[in-house]
Amino acid sequence: MEHTLKSENGVMTVCLRGEMDHHNAAPLREEIDAAITFENPAVLKLDLSEIAFCDSSGLGFIMGRYRRMNAAGGSMTLINPSAPTMKILRLAGVDALIDVEYTKGAVQ
Amino acid sequence: MNTLPQNRFKCIFPARSVNESFARMAASAFVAQLDPRVDELADLKTAVSEAVTNVIVHAYAGTEIPPEERVVILCGELREGRLAVFSVKDRGKGIENIKQAREPLFTTSAAEERSGMGFTVMETFTDKIKVTSRPGKGTSVRLYKRFSE
Repeated sequence: MEHTLKSENGVMTVCLRGEMDHHNAAPLREEIDAAITFENPAVLKLDLSEIAFCDSSGLGFIMGRYRRMNAAGGSMTLINPSAPTMKILRLAGVDALIDVEYTKGAVQ
Repeated sequence: MNTLPQNRFKCIFPARSVNESFARMAASAFVAQLDPRVDELADLKTAVSEAVTNVIVHAYAGTEIPPEERVVILCGELREGRLAVFSVKDRGKGIENIKQAREPLFTTSAAEERSGMGFTVMETFTDKIKVTSRPGKGTSVRLYKRFSE
């Protein structure tokens, strides 16, 4: 799984690409957590525009980052989750906890 | 009702996490002959991924089963009425309390950020699931999904 990361004015945006499953979640978690430790952002934005697949392991990854940001007094936003990804998030009630944003032109 | 399969496949592969994507792609390729709707295909891939991930994470953990015997057995059948039935089996330690394992948010691996939603996802994204397990022998999860015309 690939990602690109940019940090500006306390907002860290991570663009994720690929499939968020159990195989990919553990290395991704390590890399993103290292970046959070280094940048200490107030806001974490996970851009899911290019996530082709997300199951409950991806959900675990998202919830883990949300808990971490929340515990540090920060916040988290999900950008452009696909319809199947939203289905998983809604099933777990995560859409009520975490802000979801759609950028202009994004397919919902 | 005639339940003889119209088509079927079986594959056995090592219970390694790199095979999670293989399993859902195999299931997806198998039902392609039904020309399924995109959302139904996404649901199937997710359900199969959950079942296979459960085997990889839990079935052989803490056992002395040698690596070459740690396998996932994935079978698929197409039945009349556009019904697809997949089974995901292992030869691992089994589940002692299936009812508890199927409860939403139940997990034995909270430290690894397991969400505990695997069975809930399988139940929600298919029409029916059946779980059978024998301690010390293994577990079988059957996923039933009917595809719309």
